[in-house]
Amino acid sequence: MSVEKINALFENDLEVLNLGLESFNTTLKEFGVKSTQIAWTPPAKGNQELIDALDSVSAVQSKIQAANDRAHEIILKGKPELVDIGIAEEVIPEMRKNLILHAGPPITWDRMCGPMKGAVIGGLLFEGMAANRAEAEDLAASGDIEFSPCHHHSTVGPMAGIVTASMPVWIMKNKIYGNMAYATLNEGLGKVLRYGAFADEVINKLKWMKDELAPILKKALHLHGPIDMKNIIAQILQMGDEGHNRNRAGTSLIIRELAPHVVMLNEKKEVLAKIFTFMHQNDHFFLNLSMPACKCIIDAARDIECSTVITAMTRSGTDFGIRVSGLGDQWFVAPAPKVDGLYLPGFSAKDAAADIGDSVITETVGIGGFAMAAAPAIVKFVGGTPEDAVQFTKNMYEITGVENNIFQIPALDFRGTPTAIDILKIAETGIFPVINTGIAHKDPGIGMVGAGLVKPPQECFYDAVKAFAKKYGT
Amino acid sequence: MDKFLIEKDSYFDSVFLMLINSEIKEHPGVSEAVVAMGTEMNVKLLSDMQLWDPRLEQVNPNDLIIAVRGEEKEKVEDALTVAKGMLSKKATTGEGQKYVPRSLQAAIKEVPDANLVLISLPGEYAAREARKALQNNMHVMMFSDNVSLDEEIELKKQAVEQGLLMMGPDCGTAIINGVPLCFANTVNRGGIGVVGASGTGLQEVTCLIDTFGGGISQAIGTGGRDLKNRKVGGRMMLQAIEALRNDDRTRVIVVISKPPAQEVADTVLSSLKKSGKPAVIHFIGLDSEPDEDNLHFAGSLEETAGIAAGLEKQAAWKPQEYAPTEQQKRKIIDRETAKIAKPQKYLRGLFTGGTLADEALILLEQKLGKVYSNNQSDEALQLKDPHVSLEHTIVDLGDDIYTVGRAHPMIDPSTREERIRREAKDPEVAVLLLDVVLGYGSHRDPAGAILPALKEAKQQALERGGYLPIVTSVTGTEKDFQGYAETIQKLEALGCIVMPSNYQASLLSVDLLEAIMNKRGE
Repeated sequence: MSVEKINALFENDLEVLNLGLESFNTTLKEFGVKSTQIAWTPPAKGNQELIDALDSVSAVQSKIQAANDRAHEIILKGKPELVDIGIAEEVIPEMRKNLILHAGPPITWDRMCGPMKGAVIGGLLFEGMAANRAEAEDLAASGDIEFSPCHHHSTVGPMAGIVTASMPVWIMKNKIYGNMAYATLNEGLGKVLRYGAFADEVINKLKWMKDELAPILKKALHLHGPIDMKNIIAQILQMGDEGHNRNRAGTSLIIRELAPHVVMLNEKKEVLAKIFTFMHQNDHFFLNLSMPACKCIIDAARDIECSTVITAMTRSGTDFGIRVSGLGDQWFVAPAPKVDGLYLPGFSAKDAAADIGDSVITETVGIGGFAMAAAPAIVKFVGGTPEDAVQFTKNMYEITGVENNIFQIPALDFRGTPTAIDILKIAETGIFPVINTGIAHKDPGIGMVGAGLVKPPQECFYDAVKAFAKKYGT
Repeated sequence: MDKFLIEKDSYFDSVFLMLINSEIKEHPGVSEAVVAMGTEMNVKLLSDMQLWDPRLEQVNPNDLIIAVRGEEKEKVEDALTVAKGMLSKKATTGEGQKYVPRSLQAAIKEVPDANLVLISLPGEYAAREARKALQNNMHVMMFSDNVSLDEEIELKKQAVEQGLLMMGPDCGTAIINGVPLCFANTVNRGGIGVVGASGTGLQEVTCLIDTFGGGISQAIGTGGRDLKNRKVGGRMMLQAIEALRNDDRTRVIVVISKPPAQEVADTVLSSLKKSGKPAVIHFIGLDSEPDEDNLHFAGSLEETAGIAAGLEKQAAWKPQEYAPTEQQKRKIIDRETAKIAKPQKYLRGLFTGGTLADEALILLEQKLGKVYSNNQSDEALQLKDPHVSLEHTIVDLGDDIYTVGRAHPMIDPSTREERIRREAKDPEVAVLLLDVVLGYGSHRDPAGAILPALKEAKQQALERGGYLPIVTSVTGTEKDFQGYAETIQKLEALGCIVMPSNYQASLLSVDLLEAIMNKRGE
């Protein structure tokens, strides 16, 4: 019988963690003993079925740990590089003329929310497959058009997330693991396709992006060579961005990276000025780069047997869905919630669509809402204080497996961002991912009406835990 | 010599690196240091300093460079390690308010030096958290009850395998490194290590050791089922004895428990014998056996404390020094029984401490015969209605049947207050016997809280033409925050008899009852 640890306890200062009656903690402190009260809540909020599920996987704890260690390594080592710009149908796997990609888990036309329908209409107009709204709606409902989640094609899209065959897309490559990721170029604010707008000006802008913006940036990027996205994200976190709702620093950095090469191109200076003005006037230009960078990182960690790490979270404005590494292609889906946020002048909660977009891929990789402490500027925007931001981030350490080695938060003394969300930890603690997001108007074409925080629906996480227990539990 | 560390694609903010740079320059044995990103300017700087490595030709602004120059290889390498450590440093003291962890896992991360987890959660959740604590190599004290026997066995097996303490479930008292945990008293530190499968038993023994001039090295609770149930098999008792055996501060080992299963008792005794240290054993309710080698058997909690204190000081304990003289006792008995009325016949013991109730019950049964109690093992002597006393009755008010919807009577005195008022109405009550437990966890004034009810009880007896003797003892020390002397003073001011121990209080109650019976010529 070895009791050295007990004798070590006798020789060292007592330091207590207190679970339960707070008076025990108070008396210990009065006595001069270091004691920490834990703000404990019942596991799984007391849901017995879920507690049983958690207990049933505790026997394979070491297997889970090994699998998650592997996932953590892949996520931390992953190195997305921006390598090129291409046309969707030429580069995205299985992309074709009659296929439209959308945000969120799988959905049919009839269940799509207003902004997504509007964006589908806009996409069909842009492709020249319909001449007007009515034609586009008929076509979308006819069955001749197929719909598929961006996520099924190594792609992510903000808000409605609509990608059609001839749209230009950023191309990311994970230098370590070889997998690719794609996203369209950000259209700017106001009336834009991703919020469901499809007026002529929207379509015209998309055409300009395809015909002028994308080819020029592509050439500039070729002159520059691949851009290390992980490096840029590490920098933006130290510049007040969190990569989801604030992308001002990221946008600036991309302009800095590309500008010397853009000006070397043999183009009219009016054309170049228009391009710089377009990027400059859109603080979210970088969002469509941070998103595929995150997708590129996390996709390499998919399909690891027995891993409880979340590999995708996304919303369609109708559903909220997640995927888990150890549970393959299965989506766990629940109704998309409303966003709790601040509204732009003239709008209120009654104008809001439910939560929408693939942009929560940023939180999935540990930036966005998870790195809120890095972006105090937007905490006001989402109705909190800088202290709240720190608390948000610190809470996320409770449900993640590792701290990022490269993405660091200055306000937390350069602590790494909370990375690799673990469904078991969510169920155990009852703490859910904190998600920063923009709010779309519920009607097509009006655009962004506010921004705020989303509480994801509990059910999809709980269902995933139960499915995991069923597959791996004893 | 020059040493280089070049990390490809590791971006750090330049201000952050400057800070590390200045620290590393100050490092012993370092004459020159550069910690910087591989920008053209920095590479040129290194080249100008002739701090050069061919790999520097390949670096880009995303690469981290750590370059250190010094005389001794070891010190230079040391500085490199320190720089690396600073770069990957995890912040534990962030700005702003302190983070309150919401789970055990997070707390362990936040407080990596923590070594004991105190669990007082509802029983249905307690075992899960204890399991996690043990998995993380933390000792556990579990105050929670309503934890199944199977869970207790599993947890204790796990703890023994890992060489950890698993105190409880249902462990209310421990003193670790002089720190009172949950319900425990502030006692002098010394050479006596106590292991107890009973809460108030541990409190009484540790307090009396303090009173007798001894001191406590460690007091370890095991939870009541540890020895009583053969399936638990005294696992934690044995573990604790082994630890006390290895503990240099501990010179005497004390073991107290409710009567154990026979084979468990045998294992415990042989482990004590093996320890080679003088040991005092008290199995509450069992007759004491003759001493054997290093084993001393005690017949009461008081005697347990006395023998232990004597062994520690190597000067035999003299019980008479800590008790009233026969003459003083006679005087008390005469005074207290002078005005007893005819119908007054029975003793009522109203206890807040379970082990103290047991000690009184066992003693009174031996001397008086039939005693009813909610703690009775004899079914015929269990109270049909636990709220109604019958003849001689001892109640343990800490029993679940009395605490539904309220805190333990050591915390919330109202349970006992109500019971005193009920007993006061019964003209057959001849003696009231009470415990008063001080220390952390207990009410801030356990005596003061029941004084009004006691006063009324005495008054009611007077009005009926009788007199109500109240016998008490105070479990506590001068160092307890409630005030030991003040507590005694309050009780005596009301006319209560305060004896030095629960054992003596119980004995005096018997004396009083016998004197009352003698007077009546029974």
